[in-house]
Parts: sequence; C-alpha cells; structure tokens
Amino acid sequence: MSEHHSAAYVRSAMLPEQAPPVSEIGVIRWLRENLFSGPLNTFLTLAGSFILYFLVKEYYPWLRHSVWHAGSVGECRDIVTATWGEGATGACWAIIRDRWNMFMFGFYPREHYWRPTLALGLLIFAAAPVLFAESRSIRMVVLGIVAAFLLVAFPGLGVGAAANLMLAAALAAMLVVAWSRPWGLLWLTGIYPGLAVWMLWGGSVWGPVLAMSGFVLGWAAWLATRRFGTILSVGAAVLVPVAWWLFGVEQVLPLFDAVLPYSIDAVRSEKFGGFVLALTIGVAGIVLSLPIGVVLALARRSDMLLVKALAVGFIEFIRGVPLISLLFVASLLLNYFLPPGTNFDIILRVIIMVTLFAAAYIAEVVRGGLAALPRGQFEAADSLGLDYWKAQRLIVLPQALKISIPGIVSTFIGMFKDTTLVVFVGLLDPLKGITDSVRASFEWKGAYWEPYIFVGCIFFIFNFSMSRYSMYLERRLKRDHR
Amino acid sequence: MAFVSEPPRQGFRLSQLLYDTRYRSMTIQVVVLMMFMAVAAWLVDNTINNLADRGKDFNFSFLGVRSGYDIGQRLIAYDSDSTHARAMLVGLLNTLLVSFLGCIVATLIGVFVGVLRLSKNWLVSRLMTLYVEIFRNIPLLLWILIIFAAFTEIAPLPNAFKEGGGASLLLFDSVAITNRYTAVPDPLFSRSLGNIDIGIFLISADLLAIVAAVAAGWYVNRLVLRRATVVQNATGVRPVTWWKTLALWTLPGILTLAALGFHLGLPTLKGFNFTGGINVTNSLMALWLALSLYTGAFIAEIVRAGVMAVSHGQTEAAYALGLRPGRTMSLVILPQALRVIIPPLISQFLNLTKNSSLAIATGYLDLRGTLGGITLNQTGRELETVLLMMLIYLVLSLMISGAMNVYNASVKLKER
Repeated sequence: MSEHHSAAYVRSAMLPEQAPPVSEIGVIRWLRENLFSGPLNTFLTLAGSFILYFLVKEYYPWLRHSVWHAGSVGECRDIVTATWGEGATGACWAIIRDRWNMFMFGFYPREHYWRPTLALGLLIFAAAPVLFAESRSIRMVVLGIVAAFLLVAFPGLGVGAAANLMLAAALAAMLVVAWSRPWGLLWLTGIYPGLAVWMLWGGSVWGPVLAMSGFVLGWAAWLATRRFGTILSVGAAVLVPVAWWLFGVEQVLPLFDAVLPYSIDAVRSEKFGGFVLALTIGVAGIVLSLPIGVVLALARRSDMLLVKALAVGFIEFIRGVPLISLLFVASLLLNYFLPPGTNFDIILRVIIMVTLFAAAYIAEVVRGGLAALPRGQFEAADSLGLDYWKAQRLIVLPQALKISIPGIVSTFIGMFKDTTLVVFVGLLDPLKGITDSVRASFEWKGAYWEPYIFVGCIFFIFNFSMSRYSMYLERRLKRDHR
Repeated sequence: MAFVSEPPRQGFRLSQLLYDTRYRSMTIQVVVLMMFMAVAAWLVDNTINNLADRGKDFNFSFLGVRSGYDIGQRLIAYDSDSTHARAMLVGLLNTLLVSFLGCIVATLIGVFVGVLRLSKNWLVSRLMTLYVEIFRNIPLLLWILIIFAAFTEIAPLPNAFKEGGGASLLLFDSVAITNRYTAVPDPLFSRSLGNIDIGIFLISADLLAIVAAVAAGWYVNRLVLRRATVVQNATGVRPVTWWKTLALWTLPGILTLAALGFHLGLPTLKGFNFTGGINVTNSLMALWLALSLYTGAFIAEIVRAGVMAVSHGQTEAAYALGLRPGRTMSLVILPQALRVIIPPLISQFLNLTKNSSLAIATGYLDLRGTLGGITLNQTGRELETVLLMMLIYLVLSLMISGAMNVYNASVKLKER
C-alpha cells in the first residue's frame, strides 16, 4: 500500500498531537469518573457531601474549642466561654491529662508504673522472633520505636538514672541481637511468660521461675523417654510438668525462698485496672487460646468418636452462651466447682474463661481452614508414610493455619474488645470501670464524651493495627502467584 | 504375583494396645473417657460439698415464688406479685424483642452499607469504609454506653415539648425523644378482635389475623407463580404475573388492617409525660441502636464479600444468554451470592442475640437482667439461675444454628 493519493481532501502530512479535551484529563476527569459518572452517582456524592458537611459543622467547633489544661469540668467550661464567647461548647481533654495514669494503670501503685510499662515493651521484643522474623527492616523499625518509647517514658515514671542506663544498655544489646539474627531473641520469647507475670504481680521471683521450669522438666522427660516411643514420651512430657505444678512447686518454693530470697513488691489483682488490665487479659487470652483452639479443631475432625463428641459438645456449648454468662461463672460459680477453701485470683479466673471462649471460636475458624484444604494434601501426607502428628505438623496445619489467618485475627480483635466486659464482674476495665470512677470524682462529674472518645481511639489503634498486621501476614505467607 | 502376607498368629499382646493402630484409638478413647469422667465427678463432688458447706441445696422451686420486683419494659402482663418464672419469661421475651428488632435494622444497614461500599463513587465508598472500620474496631460496650449517654444527656425532658419549650416532635409530630423514654405512636384497632389467652400470656388476635392474611397472600402468590411456570413450560410464553404478585403481597394486609379499623394513637403531652402512644424506655432504644449499628458493620463486610465472591464471568455469561440486568441479578448473581452471605449472616444474628446480654450496661431488663440479675440477687441461688440462664441461651443458639444447617443443606452445591 505505498500508493500516494493526490486528491485534495487527503492530508499529506501528519497532524500534530493535540492535548486531550479538558474533561478527559486531570482533576476534572477524576471528578467525572469517580463522583459524577451518572445521576445516581451524582446524587450519592451530594448526599455524602451533605453528611460530611453536617458532621463537620456539628462537631468541628467542639473539637476546635478543645481545652487541654484545666482542673475540672467547670473550669473547662469557663475557659471555653471566656475564649470563644457565650454558648460555645468545647471538648475538655484536660480530664485525660489529669487522669492519664488512671486510664493506663488503674490503681496500680504509682512507684511501680515502670513494671507494666517495661512488660509491655518487652512483649514486643519477645514477640519479634515470631511476628517479624522475615523482614529485618520492619523488625528494626518496630523494635526501635518500642525502645525509644521505653527510654522516653522511663524518666517520666520516676525511674533513677542508673536504672535508666542499665535499661538503655540492655535495649541496645537486644537491638543488636535482633538486627544480626532473626531468631536471636527467641530466649526472651521463652522466658517472657514467667517474666511478665513476675513483673506485673511482683512477689518472689521463685514462683514464676519454678512454674516455668515445669516446661524444662517436660522437655527433659520427653528427651529421656523418647526411645520408648512417641506415645510414652508425649505422656511423660505432659504428666511430669502437671505433677510438678500440682504437687512439686509448693513443696520446693519455701526452700528456694529461704535459701536465695529475692522478691519485689507484690501487687494484688484488685489494683489492676485500665489498659494494663485490658492488655494483660487480652495478651494472655491470645497466647493461650491459639494452641487450645488448634487442638480443639483437630479433635473435632478426629476419627475417634468420643474425642470428636467431646470437642463438639465443648465448642457448641461455649459458642452458644454469651461471654457475660461465662464471666459470671468465673466470678460466682467457680467457687462451687473447686474444692472448698480454694480462692484463686479473679484475673486468672477471667483469663481462663476468656481463653476458653476465644479457643472455641478459633477452633471453628481453624476447622474451616482444615476443611478448605484439598483432600489430596492429606492423602499425599499419608502416602509419604507420615504418622498423624507429623502429617499435621508438616503438611496440614501450616497450610490450614495460613488459610485461617484472617479469621483467627478477627477472633483476637473480638476478644480484645470483649476484655471490656470484665467490668461486670467487678474489675476496672478502661472503658466503663475507669471512666465511671473518674466521673465519680467531684471535678470531673458530667464529662461523658471525652473519656469514651479517648478509650475508643486507643482500642481502635490496637485493633486496626492487628487487622493490618494480619493483612501483611497473609501477603507474606502467600505462596501461590496469582 | 498375588502375594498376601499372613498376619502373624501369635495371639494378642498387651503392647498392641499402644503400638497397633487397630487398637490404639480404642485405648486413647478409653483413657480420654476415664479422664473426662474423673474430672466431671471431681467437679460434681466439689459442688455437692460446697453446697453442703453453705447449707444450700440445688432446686428450682424458687421459680414459683413471688418475685417482688417490677419490670418497666414488658411484652406480657407482669407485676411484682408474679413469680420468678414469669419474670424470667418477661426477660426472655425482652431479649427476643431487642434481638429481633436489632437483626432487622442491622440487616438493612448492612446491605445498604455493603452495597454502597462497592460503589464506584469515591466519596461514598470511603465514607462507608470509615463507618465499617470505626464500628468494627471499637468495643460494642462503648457504643451502647455512648448512645445511652446521648439519649439521657442530650435529649430534652418531656417538659420541654410544651409550647415554647424548645423541643419538637419528629416524623410528622408522631415521635418524641425525651431523656427518659421515646414516645412512639401506638397501633390501635377500633374493631379489635380482642386477645386470645393461651394459658401463659395473651396474644393479640388482631396481630394473628394480619399475619394469617399476609401468609395466605404469600401462599396464593406462590401458587400463581407455579402455574405461570407450568404454562411457560407448556407453551413457551410466560403469562404476565407482576400485578397479581403486587396485589397478593399488599392487598391482604391492607384490607385486614382496614377491616380491623387500624389507626395510630399519637403521643401527646399531658402534664409532665406523654400519653396516648407507647413510651419505649431509652435503655431499649440505645441497646437496639447500638446493636444494629455495630452488627450492621459486620454484615456490611459479609454482603460485600458475598457479592465479590460471584465471579464476573457469571454476569457476562448471563448477558451472553440475553438476560436483562434485573433478571441477571435475581436469577444468577443473588442466588450465588446468598449462598455465601447467609451462613455468616445468621452467625451474626446469633452474635447479636448473645450480645444483647450487654443490656446490663443500660439497665434494660432482659433475660440476664431478670433471671441472672435481680432474681439471682434476691434468691441467692447463683448456681441454679446462672446455669438456667446459660441453658436458655444455649437452646436459643442451637435453634438458630439448626435453622442455618437446614438452609445450608438446601443450598449446598451438589458435588460429585
């Protein structure tokens, strides 16, 4: 087709490129496509803008008139009136400033505030090998922020300079370890449960140490009996620690206390409150409920009729009743079910109930993950000659748990939100227990919105970051390329 | 080369119980059973000892005793001379009431928000995302408390509705939100059929008549549609039925209402309070609103996931078959999306019902408030009341999940 037209109406030269029409570029195109693409969309945009405008008009002045320094609600109102004129309303954030410690620590002794703070900071360090093993940059950013937070917070909590230097040195050492090896802090993960319990409740160091040593004993028993077969060694690894906790610890504890006494001030459970309480219950529940939930899910899919029936009965019972009624069981009925004279800690009782509650939900989520796994995976594991536990550990669970991550994390989020319900068994949760007792004081009577908004924001931050983390985890564990 | 190894014939050895897979599961089950029975026996034994120590017994006769407390919000006749059992029934009905109302509004909110979140409109989808994230990540208890505080702290006194009092009624002068209750119109029937006494409580015969009329209309409509399908199968032409369907859906109810002389009793201010309508306590209103908004956010996500789960190829296939968009939605997309949506939706209903026990925060007397609250405190029978309460919640939950299983079985994909 190399023929050239000579007709007058046929162009011989290319037209220069023209700019696209105004309606097809930039902001206007974006507006047309995203906000005004049709009558319905235009209507929605207008309605949405109206709602937004209404919200801003109603609440922005209230936020703009915020008062940060005041001694009481009345003083706040006076300041707002003096600054913004008669009839103006304003948020009184001074209540949060004034009662910050109350919201964070409840009635925890003031001189020991550093203990829960350090426990929270170390939690992130202890979790790092598990949560952020794969990406050094994320690990270092998170741990760096935590370390900086601890170093900034500690002088404010009345910790001496020497102790601060020691903390800084320890944090620096741990940061170096975390930087050089992803699993370098695994020892901290191992001792953290005992460490956290000791730091939160205080008392003799030997209680937590001896309790944790049960795990070492179990491991030793497993090593010693391994050559007699799996069942015997697993049985020994379970029975030895249980016997140790039930009978051994109380015999040995006085001995250790007498020979090597070392203790810090004990803090009773009634003193716990605010976010220290919510995080204690929430973290303990999260850590304990996952293994129990996985075992329950496996039991529910077991071939053994009896095991399956027990698992189904337990899961359906727990899922069928409200958490509040289980908390009532913890506070009212456990005294009936346990031997006369037993009276153990209310926080521990609540943690047990919350854990069982979350475990039943996690069991259902994991069961969904197991059901979603193609049958071929189970059959492949069988054909490789793996026994039941090896097949579960190496083939089935890694895949099933990966599928269940979103469900598991939303169960955790639900459980963390549910920690607020402990107020109904007399504990001081941050949402109702603390705000009620703050409002009960003369100065802050009638301050409704600010405490609720503050507590709500903190819960939002925790839960939103958990859900974002689960998305990150899903991406990280994705093995198929679609 | 058929070579079958004979099983060794050396009799049964004790070690086979542990190492032979044929017997091992039996061994494990027997051990589990023994452990379970030991724990159960231990718990029961402890309970018996503890009860004996405190000089208590385990019996439910307190249910027949005069309760001695009043319940403001009730669906059936009740006063302080009634028994604890009746108080429990009132509480149960209150639980069911707020759960039922909550499920309806939560579903409406959830479908609305879920669909709008999928909208291509940038602003609206962002707004809806904001709503979902805020409500999902903040404890329900906070929403209940904050909405209850809004009712009690911001809403005006009933007094303020007087001339020049500064407050005005909403929705054509029919609803008044005060700081103690919300006055709403009362449905009245001038030619009422009266009530039917079924032994425990009264049921409005008017309500039954309306329900029966609507159900009859629905049934006849089904017959009409079925006949239309038969005609279509025989002749290839589907008779026009939309006006029959419309009439059968609306007319029976409207005609029955008219026959019964339905009218609304509007709330009016007499002295210090509203009369003539129904005064719904704000504890119920706040609980209802909070439960609906909170569960609505979860349902929105379920609806969104359900619609997104239907692959785009299904829509294209339907268009290729020549189906119009409306029929594509009703015949192709919705049935598949509903299969994904309904099971988690029902489990949200279940959660809402259980969460209604947070009525404790507003003082609404539901099952927890009556049986597990005042009755427990007055009789001091923690064991019986809490166990009974858990049993009732359990039965409710099992009934709802039983319904879900029936539905699931009916829509399950028929696989090989």
